[in-house]
Amino acid sequence: MQPHLNITEPSRAAATASSLKMEVRHLSVTYKTSRAVKAIDLPVYENRVLAIIGPSGCGKSTLLRALNRMNDLIPGARVEGEVLLDGENIYAPGQDVVDIRRRVGMVFQRPNPFPMSVYDNVAFGPRLLGLRKKSVLDEIVEQSLRSAALWEQVKDHLGQSGMALSGGQQQRLCIARTIAMEPEVILMDEPTSALDPMATLTIEDLIQRLKENYTIVIVTHNMQQAARISDFTAFLNMDSDRAGYLVEFGPTVDVFTNPKEKLTEDYITGRFG
Amino acid sequence: MPRTVLETELRNLKGEVLKQGQMVGDAMLAAIEALKHRDVEASRRIMAADRDINALRFEIERATLIVIATQQPLAHDLRLLASILDIAGELERMGDYAKGIAKINILMGDKPLLKPLIDLPRMAEIATDMLRQALVAFSNDDAETARAIPGRDDEVDALYNQIYRELMTFMIQDPKTIDQANYLLWAAHNVERTADRVTNICERTIFTATGEIVELA
Amino acid sequence: MSQSIYEHIDLRRHYRRRQRTNRIMLALTGLTVAVAVVPLVWITVYVLLQGGKYLTPDFFIHLPAPMGVAGGGVLHAIEGSAVMVLLASAIAIPLALLAAFYLLARPNTGLAHTLRFSTDMLAGTPSIVIGLFGYAVIVTVQKHFSAFAGGMVLAIIMLPVVLRSAEEMLKLVPPELREGALAMGAPEWLAALKVVLPAAAEGIITGVMLGIARAVGETAPLLFTALGNDHYEIGKIISAGLRYHQSPGKILGTIFAQPADALPLTLWKYAQQPYQERVHQAWAVAFVLMLFVLGLNIAARAWLAYRRRKMFTS
Repeated sequence: MQPHLNITEPSRAAATASSLKMEVRHLSVTYKTSRAVKAIDLPVYENRVLAIIGPSGCGKSTLLRALNRMNDLIPGARVEGEVLLDGENIYAPGQDVVDIRRRVGMVFQRPNPFPMSVYDNVAFGPRLLGLRKKSVLDEIVEQSLRSAALWEQVKDHLGQSGMALSGGQQQRLCIARTIAMEPEVILMDEPTSALDPMATLTIEDLIQRLKENYTIVIVTHNMQQAARISDFTAFLNMDSDRAGYLVEFGPTVDVFTNPKEKLTEDYITGRFG
Repeated sequence: MPRTVLETELRNLKGEVLKQGQMVGDAMLAAIEALKHRDVEASRRIMAADRDINALRFEIERATLIVIATQQPLAHDLRLLASILDIAGELERMGDYAKGIAKINILMGDKPLLKPLIDLPRMAEIATDMLRQALVAFSNDDAETARAIPGRDDEVDALYNQIYRELMTFMIQDPKTIDQANYLLWAAHNVERTADRVTNICERTIFTATGEIVELA
Repeated sequence: MSQSIYEHIDLRRHYRRRQRTNRIMLALTGLTVAVAVVPLVWITVYVLLQGGKYLTPDFFIHLPAPMGVAGGGVLHAIEGSAVMVLLASAIAIPLALLAAFYLLARPNTGLAHTLRFSTDMLAGTPSIVIGLFGYAVIVTVQKHFSAFAGGMVLAIIMLPVVLRSAEEMLKLVPPELREGALAMGAPEWLAALKVVLPAAAEGIITGVMLGIARAVGETAPLLFTALGNDHYEIGKIISAGLRYHQSPGKILGTIFAQPADALPLTLWKYAQQPYQERVHQAWAVAFVLMLFVLGLNIAARAWLAYRRRKMFTS
């Protein structure tokens, strides 16, 4: 019987004891004539953090955006395969894209607060869904800002423009904005790459707490960040035809201490040319 | 090729570990030689030299921690550094065994040997050879060889049993020999423990290369 | 320490030369700025001085007096300009904005390329030609000159100005802003209205200002469409309409159906007349035009600054 030390094992044990929130099945995304990603099979476990890593141009962002149909906005983008959310394919004809984007929210690399007050930023989503009563909106705004660890810093300045905040605060505002829609999955595209180290650690902390209530998928080019905050890691690489493919997927603990594929080992130890 | 700094550091650290192993092997053989010829001066020098082995161990440890802190090693690199820490510790204790044998030589005083030492030097030769092979395998990331080395420990154990029986016979026949016999038994025990620790080094080599923790008999 | 490749170069001489060149260039650019600014300042000051001499309060509230008679004002021109520019704005600005949003959302379709091309063509068309077009299409059909025709022609002239700068301003808005709204499930129009538009507001308002200033200053096209009307007085039209119990629609219709005068048109007419009185009044009109455009710009900037201050401090 292998003794399980409580220090590292919770990551592995917890990482496996969870249900499937989303599933990517044989997904290929093509822009006009060039394939961005091909034949990706990937599980996304509920209430866990999945990190997607890989060299530049390997299709990480494309894969992420495929999870909430943001690729639809790019003219000429074609999707083959399926992306299941709670068992249903989000690309099936007749699916409500607006609802999918509500359930699967997105936080971008550069913080993008809307040109309106902090309050209006967070209330944007709820108002979009039809909520109008001030008391209800007040409640949601406060709750979301608290969840994003921003409430204490802005509660007396809710009328201030969202763009007047610092970089780290702006990113947390964007997270609060996403949370206000009560999503089930939160996608993050290199959320801290534009932030200073302190802000980065604050956001990482936030992600650890958020995963209790949401499922999180994060694209990052910072290996140490992926190792620090994720439960599962997927390593994508660019093939000779310039399309991205999945090299390895597994619990983060395994991928970073004893990866199965040499390519993965070479990438994470920095031996990639 | 990227990570030249890390590569250089790892190469240096492995070199230092090999150096420490060399020092330990030499100390062991020298201690046995000194005991064979009852050279007390040599034994005193060996005991003093153990300080150098200990100092090297801590230097290796310090350097390893620095590499871990500054290079964010992962996967193979990380396992390698963890193994270096472990092996440096094993070698330091092996150095202590050699020191112990030297001390025994001094404690035994002026009395002549009960019998010329044959099996004990033989044990030491095998053990130090195992050590040398194990460190080379570690340096080359050679799990295959590492798996094969612990087999020779049987030979060492066999020799130990033989020495044990011989010394027991001496002690039973002539109680005046108990003092020296005890010391010699203790010396043999130290050599036997050295060979056992070499097995640990082999296990570490396999872990570094494959990520598996195996128990080698 | 190996020899530096810079050792045998006299760095100090090069530095001095660079400094000299720098100073010459600064002087030159300063000079060109002065050359550019001087006419602007000169015109403004001259017009304000000359026009100010002949300005009276009557000017703004009275219709013109008969020729040769002293006094009178340019109320007709003020109201005419106002009505036509308002009509032009009401048509051109929303159209231009809608077109600009379309170009933002679908920048590479055939329609987009056609739109950009025709806008550029329109912008380059002489305004008198556009006036002629308005004559042919509206005046001949209506069988009379009207403020409506004038307003429509001004709209055509305003459109490319506003559209071009609106498109540029919208392009400057970081795409993540629009994407962020769309990623939250907002439909395209809402993202455009509530997120992209406010972000581009400052620039778009500048574009709108430019368009309005252009419309206010156009003279040639109005010659064939609005013609001119010394008796244009909205107040009279409205009170007459109320007296005869006309519907608001009919009143509005009457306002637009009259031929009308515009400030620049009046200026042109008066400047040519032999009566000194009229010439003086022409100067006064120039003053009013200048003041209007200046005032519009300043008001817009002040409002934007106020808005920005309110949002960024709290």
